[in-house]
Amino acid sequence: MKLTLKVWRQKDARSEGRFVTYETDRANPDMSFLEMLDVVNEGLVAKREDPIAFDHDCREGICGTCGFVINGVPHGPKPRTTVCQLHMRSFRDGDVLTLEPWRADAFPVLKDLIVDRSAFDRIIAAGGFITAPIGGAPDGNAIPIRKEDADLAMDAAACIGCAACVAACPNASAMLFASAKIAQLALLPQGQPERWDRVRKMVARMDAERFGTCTNHGECEAVCPKGIRMEFIARMNADYVKASLTAGRRATGVAEASGG
Amino acid sequence: MELRSQIPSGPLEKKWEKHRFEMKLVNPANKRKYTVLVVGSGLAGAGAAASMAELGYNIKCFCYQDSPRRAHSIAAQGGINAAKNYRNDGDSVLRLFYDTIKGGDFRSREANVYRLAEISVNIIDQCVAQGVPFAREYGGLLDNRSFGGAQVSRTFYARGQTGQQLLLGAYQALERQIGLGQVEMFSRHEMQELIVVDGRARGIVVRDMVTGEVETHMADAVCLATGGYGNVFYLATYAKGCNATAIWRAYKKGAAFANPCFTQIHPTCIPVTGEYQSKLTLMSESLRNDGRIWVPKKKGDKRAPDAIPEEERDYYLERMYPTFGNLAPRDIASRAAKRVCDEGRGVGPTGYGVYLDFKDAVARLGRKMIEEKYGNLFEMYERITDEDPYRVPMRIYPASHYTMGGLWVDYDLMSTIPGLFVLGEANFSDHGANRLGASALMQGLADGYFVIPYTIGNYLAQTKAERVPEDHSDVRAAQSAVAQRTKRLLEIPGNRTVASFYRELGRVMWEHCGMTRSAEGLREGLRLVPKLREEFWKNVRVLGDGAEINQSLEVAGRVADFLELGELLCLDALERDESCGCHFRVEHQMADGEARRDDKGFCHVAAWEYAGEGRKPVRHVEPLTFENVDLTIRSYK
Repeated sequence: MKLTLKVWRQKDARSEGRFVTYETDRANPDMSFLEMLDVVNEGLVAKREDPIAFDHDCREGICGTCGFVINGVPHGPKPRTTVCQLHMRSFRDGDVLTLEPWRADAFPVLKDLIVDRSAFDRIIAAGGFITAPIGGAPDGNAIPIRKEDADLAMDAAACIGCAACVAACPNASAMLFASAKIAQLALLPQGQPERWDRVRKMVARMDAERFGTCTNHGECEAVCPKGIRMEFIARMNADYVKASLTAGRRATGVAEASGG
Repeated sequence: MELRSQIPSGPLEKKWEKHRFEMKLVNPANKRKYTVLVVGSGLAGAGAAASMAELGYNIKCFCYQDSPRRAHSIAAQGGINAAKNYRNDGDSVLRLFYDTIKGGDFRSREANVYRLAEISVNIIDQCVAQGVPFAREYGGLLDNRSFGGAQVSRTFYARGQTGQQLLLGAYQALERQIGLGQVEMFSRHEMQELIVVDGRARGIVVRDMVTGEVETHMADAVCLATGGYGNVFYLATYAKGCNATAIWRAYKKGAAFANPCFTQIHPTCIPVTGEYQSKLTLMSESLRNDGRIWVPKKKGDKRAPDAIPEEERDYYLERMYPTFGNLAPRDIASRAAKRVCDEGRGVGPTGYGVYLDFKDAVARLGRKMIEEKYGNLFEMYERITDEDPYRVPMRIYPASHYTMGGLWVDYDLMSTIPGLFVLGEANFSDHGANRLGASALMQGLADGYFVIPYTIGNYLAQTKAERVPEDHSDVRAAQSAVAQRTKRLLEIPGNRTVASFYRELGRVMWEHCGMTRSAEGLREGLRLVPKLREEFWKNVRVLGDGAEINQSLEVAGRVADFLELGELLCLDALERDESCGCHFRVEHQMADGEARRDDKGFCHVAAWEYAGEGRKPVRHVEPLTFENVDLTIRSYK
């Protein structure tokens, strides 16, 4: 297969970037997209040109490391597929492909197609967990969980944190990502004690990281490689409203509890 | 070098309890005076960082990925074993212990394996408490499935994404500690050197992969949880970035490397299609619960699978191992696949593939049930191969998947360098010569959540918290070694890409030190690997400079280490003149082609000590004694 690639090249976060055009005739339908780029890069090294930098690791669609925009669509044309699992058979001989990094204020470009997504980690650190210090857990079967709830929690938990949702959203909102974690933990009995605090803290963190808000475009769900649904955003919003109304209710004897 | 395993005395089932009582404690106010470095953020690393931070130690955690959530534990599909006996099918701690010892072909320590089985039940409880959405039954209780090498159902799972869910649980516990300021996280940082001062591990030198800056971090102890070295075969189920640099630097600083030749080849991976191939994708072992493995009976039968009638198919695992059938352990299933393909009965365009067929299962359980159990795996298969496994049988072939060998550790997970602890796949401790399915997740979390929090305290309580000045000569030497190495790689006026060297190394290792090994082939490997290494240092081309994101430089450093490790792997495989578990020497087999162990000569751990550039490493031996199980011939017939 012959392809023309227009690739975003940017030396580092401080430099200006630009598109550079490359031609390749060594693509083959059974290659993954990243393997095609490997081949292009080997050609560049042979010509003493700086290879295209892109993030990748597991190459089986689960680690969430890879991802860039192909012809305007995060992760490219195949639904529910990360670029590492996208194969060249999804393209045609002679195609012109434009590759650019995730674009969002919260994700500075580090080099070429690589961006800094550490804002996602900070959203999780703000509350995306259950406080369950290691060692004190009751028996795994002590609290039965409805199968439907466990399955739905698993649907939400399948998020790989690749950030395609942010890249697709006209507002660069991180609400699909955050709501998936919020909904997963809110569906489980173990997640109840911190439920209301969690949603408030994580939403506050999203705002602080300069992600936009959700205005129901649905682009996030359309590009999500793991099929995370917008209904989790609805769940998050419902929890957020309730949490905001009940915030500030505090027991009065807290100060005495630390005595002794 | 002396290998002191530090296994506690007393009966097997009391050893860990007794040891926990005897270990020294660090009082809560003193814990905050200690700093521990954790390299790696997979199940073992994230688990260790979180659990030690919860205790009050100051933790710095490092990973090469852009986020700790991406460590390759995330890719484990099938499940995690635990001796819960929730199914009432006869499971127990003793049975999990026995299955694991036998699965490892009697080449692991009884005490370690028993502790692992004991802790397995706590792991499930902990993960449930963290919100890991394990599969459940309609009554709301946890579901189980079966895995290779066991006749009970003790594997807990979260669809085909068990590793992902367990890792995210550990990651979230870690992020909580990062939010609390107890852990300082360094993503996109790769360890380049270990700092040893006065015989103790006191720090590491890392490269910031964004700025290229070389940083030094000092501490009271160092934990390596950097995973296995199976990428030495180039094509593997590992993530592309998985590497052996951290453990290899530690080895060269005096940590013994145990059983490097114990490398697991997983039987069910998607076969190779072309030269450009960058990795092989695993299809979970859990598929063997319902899929049946077969090849045509006739050589060179090129008919489509559905055109081959039932009586012309050879369900060879069911034929050869009627008791375990398609759930025979990995080493055995892999070798059987190689054998039928070598006979010319392999399928697919290359002839290196066998069928994994779900036709009977779909007929028996219905498509919907199969979808629920394996849906995401089937989707993944279809995305890669463009074939629908509901209709056409999957084609699979073995690939490098896990390494049982690793840095030698004692019962406390401490290496031969005091203060250097090694956790998870990076150590050699629990799986002997072959790991059973769903046991890697178990070991990673056991080491991180439930072993290191105790044993690190025992070490620190007996160690004075003294600062090492950053201008100490040993620190300076480590820093300059890193700078020199980077400079050297960038200055080679070479013509070959890093990738071409890497692929060639992989081919040599797979050919001469892969699924079956012979003295002659290993000697050839020992000739080819150093030759390739020599060429690498003269002819590799690494562009760019060190002060930026430079992915070629990153890979070049890793390949340089694999080029050394590959030689040690061949050497260990040559000197272990027996067959056991995954290590199959053609000279040592039974009449029916099964592995023939030599318990008189090799019932031991081989631990290699680095002897300096160009010198043959020294092979030390830790004898293995079995007081609770008999060394039987490992049979799954």
